[in-house]
Amino acid sequence: MAITAGTFDSLELRGVGRSFGGHQALAGLDLTVRKGEFIALLGPSGCGKSTALNCLAGLLPLTHGEILLDGRRVDTVPSEKRGFGMVFQSYALFPHLSVAKNVAFGLHMRGLPKAEVSRRTAEAIELVKLTEHAAKLPGQLSGGQQQRVAIARAVVLEPSLVLMDEPLSNLDAKLRLDMRTEIRRLHQSLGLTTVYVTHDQEEALSLADRLVVLREGRVQQVGTPDELYDHPSNWHVADFMGYRNILPGTVVATTGGDGLRVGLGATTLTCRPVGDRPADGETVRVAVRPDDLAVVAGGEAPRDGNALEGTVVVVEYHGREFAVVVQAGDGTLLHVRTPEAPRVGDTLTLTAPAERVLVFPAALAGEATAGAEARAVAA
Amino acid sequence: MTTAATGSRGSTASLRHRLAERGIDSSLWLMVPALVFALALFVYPFSYGIGLTFQPGLATQEKWGGGVLANYVAFFRDPFVFDSVWITMRLALPAALFNVLASIPVALVLRRRFRGKRLMTSILVLPITLGTVLTAQGLLIFAGRQGWLNRALMATGLVDQPVQLVNNYVGVMLSLIITGFPFAFLLVSSYLSGIDPSLESAARTLGAGWWQRFRRITLPLLAPGLATTFILTFVLAFSVFPSARLVGDAMGSTRVMSLMAFRAFGEQNDYPMASTIALMMGVVELAVVALVLAWRALLYKGSTGGKG
Amino acid sequence: MAALEKVRDEAPPKAPARGRRPSRPRGSVPAPGTTPGEKRLAASPSAWFVWSGMAAFLVLLLGIIVAVVVDSFGRSWFDTWLPAEWTAQWYAESWDRFDLTHVIGVTVGVALAVVVLSVLIGVPAAYLLARRSFPGKRLVNVLFLLPILMPPITYGIPLATVMYAFGLGRSVVAVILVNLVPSVPFVILTMTPFIEQINPAIESAARMCGAGMRQVFTRILAPLLVPGILAASILVLVRTVGMFELTFLVSGPQSDTLVVAIYRAMTSAGGGEARQLISAMAVMYTTTMLAMLVVALRFVNPTQLVAQVKEARDD
Repeated sequence: MAITAGTFDSLELRGVGRSFGGHQALAGLDLTVRKGEFIALLGPSGCGKSTALNCLAGLLPLTHGEILLDGRRVDTVPSEKRGFGMVFQSYALFPHLSVAKNVAFGLHMRGLPKAEVSRRTAEAIELVKLTEHAAKLPGQLSGGQQQRVAIARAVVLEPSLVLMDEPLSNLDAKLRLDMRTEIRRLHQSLGLTTVYVTHDQEEALSLADRLVVLREGRVQQVGTPDELYDHPSNWHVADFMGYRNILPGTVVATTGGDGLRVGLGATTLTCRPVGDRPADGETVRVAVRPDDLAVVAGGEAPRDGNALEGTVVVVEYHGREFAVVVQAGDGTLLHVRTPEAPRVGDTLTLTAPAERVLVFPAALAGEATAGAEARAVAA
Repeated sequence: MTTAATGSRGSTASLRHRLAERGIDSSLWLMVPALVFALALFVYPFSYGIGLTFQPGLATQEKWGGGVLANYVAFFRDPFVFDSVWITMRLALPAALFNVLASIPVALVLRRRFRGKRLMTSILVLPITLGTVLTAQGLLIFAGRQGWLNRALMATGLVDQPVQLVNNYVGVMLSLIITGFPFAFLLVSSYLSGIDPSLESAARTLGAGWWQRFRRITLPLLAPGLATTFILTFVLAFSVFPSARLVGDAMGSTRVMSLMAFRAFGEQNDYPMASTIALMMGVVELAVVALVLAWRALLYKGSTGGKG
Repeated sequence: MAALEKVRDEAPPKAPARGRRPSRPRGSVPAPGTTPGEKRLAASPSAWFVWSGMAAFLVLLLGIIVAVVVDSFGRSWFDTWLPAEWTAQWYAESWDRFDLTHVIGVTVGVALAVVVLSVLIGVPAAYLLARRSFPGKRLVNVLFLLPILMPPITYGIPLATVMYAFGLGRSVVAVILVNLVPSVPFVILTMTPFIEQINPAIESAARMCGAGMRQVFTRILAPLLVPGILAASILVLVRTVGMFELTFLVSGPQSDTLVVAIYRAMTSAGGGEARQLISAMAVMYTTTMLAMLVVALRFVNPTQLVAQVKEARDD
């Protein structure tokens, strides 16, 4: 394959920030992207991930910090001269140009000779398997095909960096899975360096080499998928990584070793603290994943003495297992997965090993203002 | 790149940073031609005109006194001039009101899809091409004493004498309706098409009859659009000029403000007085517009569930 | 339901009936795209009232148009239903009498100049207003809204005074300039929603492909904006040809447009001009306007266009 990625050694973001009026959409983003990496920026809408991507692309001027490509400043270079490729959520194909002309547009802009333009265009279209659609207008293609065109248009320029802004969010569920594989394949076979923005943790975990979790414009955690999955650094990241049960609690006693006793309503759980050990009496958040909770069968002892009792209120069928919502005595809802279906109204006892019950400080990192803290507690 | 160059880049970049945060960058040049245009052809002449109103002609000063305010004294004291405010209002308000109200049922009927709808719409829009001058000529011929309209009325025995339909208030009103209604109709239909029909279906499933659906669903959603339509048709009717002269009674019941302004400008060459009347015209009109806008601000203006 | 159908069939003659009759075979089944609610609303007893009101409007409208056309082809039409003789001589006569070659030349020249200038000035401004926020944007918006909301005479008289003071009075240049005042804001208002419809990501995509600002405009925006620019141009053309008040304030015998020439002929001292001469001129005027409207309707659906304009006015 003749199409290859442009190369560089490192792309460094130093304290990159963007404010709109008084509002900080992104603040203090430090990140070093190495050649060939697949980085995912992950967070809920409004967290600043798209702002970060647009700053990187040069579509949005920075208000703070700088971006260095191999030590050379690029944040003052206009986006058309940075040599990055970008794939947009809405595909952003030129509606008046055919597929082939869309792909060839960037090559024309570079003033390449005609023969080279048509050769590279044909290669890129073949790469995304759209050769028989080359003469069609974007409006005549399906969503998935349009997104392939957008990808071809971005990679045909052999960009040193490919930026993807939620490229799969406009596709239906099945197509999304196929395109995910396709993107990963292209990333590897072309040796691309990719920065990928998404709000879908599953997408991010499956695609990326490293993830950057953002919240309210600030980085919460940077790490590999398994680091984030098993060791979220705060309850917000945990929430994003599938810790569906996030419960407010109070530290009752610090036990010996790693353990910690936390009071949750009427019961007390043995948990594992993350980060600094909280003091006795401190308000904390306890996070447990639904698949780490288990139903205690009659006669068995709960693990590590952790027992939560409640009544089944919802049972959903999810293929091999059931997603069950259990209401504890104090009204708290607990999400659990079980292989056997309980009946609504049954009383169950749930348990989880202390190792998998994480305890986080109630406040989130990076929240300097009291207002933000109040919001976090309210949330 | 040397350190020095990076440093100087850094300082310009920080200025750029600060400007960028406020939305200022080089693309704002695109606004320059339009701004130059607006300043040279609108703001400057307008301010000049306002200045003129405080430089009354000698004759005005002698007749009405009031020093630099003589033009305004003349405007309010001279019944020949000041009455034109009410004359204009008596024409423009009913005409605008009628055009808006009549547009609602017509737009409702034409909202349904039927063949020939495009033709129907085109016919209703046709008067926009006529312009006031042809409308005036046509009214004079069609609705004059010996025109087809009076002939038909007399032939059917409805009237014995030809009805005076032109060269008076009625003539101008007809002309305002002919030119203003299509415009109001276009606006109202576009507002109506912005209301999701499923809202009415929903109301229907909840047991609302057609009048309840119209009164409680369509009308409240349409109301802000009606206010806007009223403003725009009122603006059109307010500056009526050729028809007031051609099919009206220019010295009597249709002596509107624009005629008075033009009389001072073109016939008396009293530019300060002409500017004063013109300015007061703007004031009166914008006062009505502001009233309607204030009322409109009280209405629901969110999404109407459709494309609007 | 049958009774309602009856009401629908008894619609007044002419255009409405032509439009409605074909829909009858569908019977009481609502037409596709029509909810039952709409149908009931239209078919209520008040529909009668609406259709007869529309019929009255159409009669008045057609009467006016036909009367002028008949008048322009007739001779000695006094106390009768139709003229005694038919002739086309009024057209030739008015053409000579009013020097229509010159008048129409001025009209077309002025209209084209206004269209080109207002598009060149208005489209870039509309682009910024649609895409960007910057300090003073609200002020700029108001500035461009005022000439459309104000009566033309209000700014026309001061502007004409300035024109005369600068010695531009009665010149074609003055006619072009005064007509620009409402036209540029009109182009801005019409184009802003057209530009807003274009996904900004498309421009970003072009820039990421290496296109500079100018290339984004010429290669991407211009082709996408062609329908909008055409629509705005035609509307400005129609407005300028039909604009009486402003043109009248600054034009003179050598710079009168057609509509002003007709007005002058109608109000000439002593009513000296034959009515038929004026009718002939008026017919020529309307035919021109109609041709433009037909062209305009081929490009844009008027309802949609006004919808877009209205949204721009809303903010």
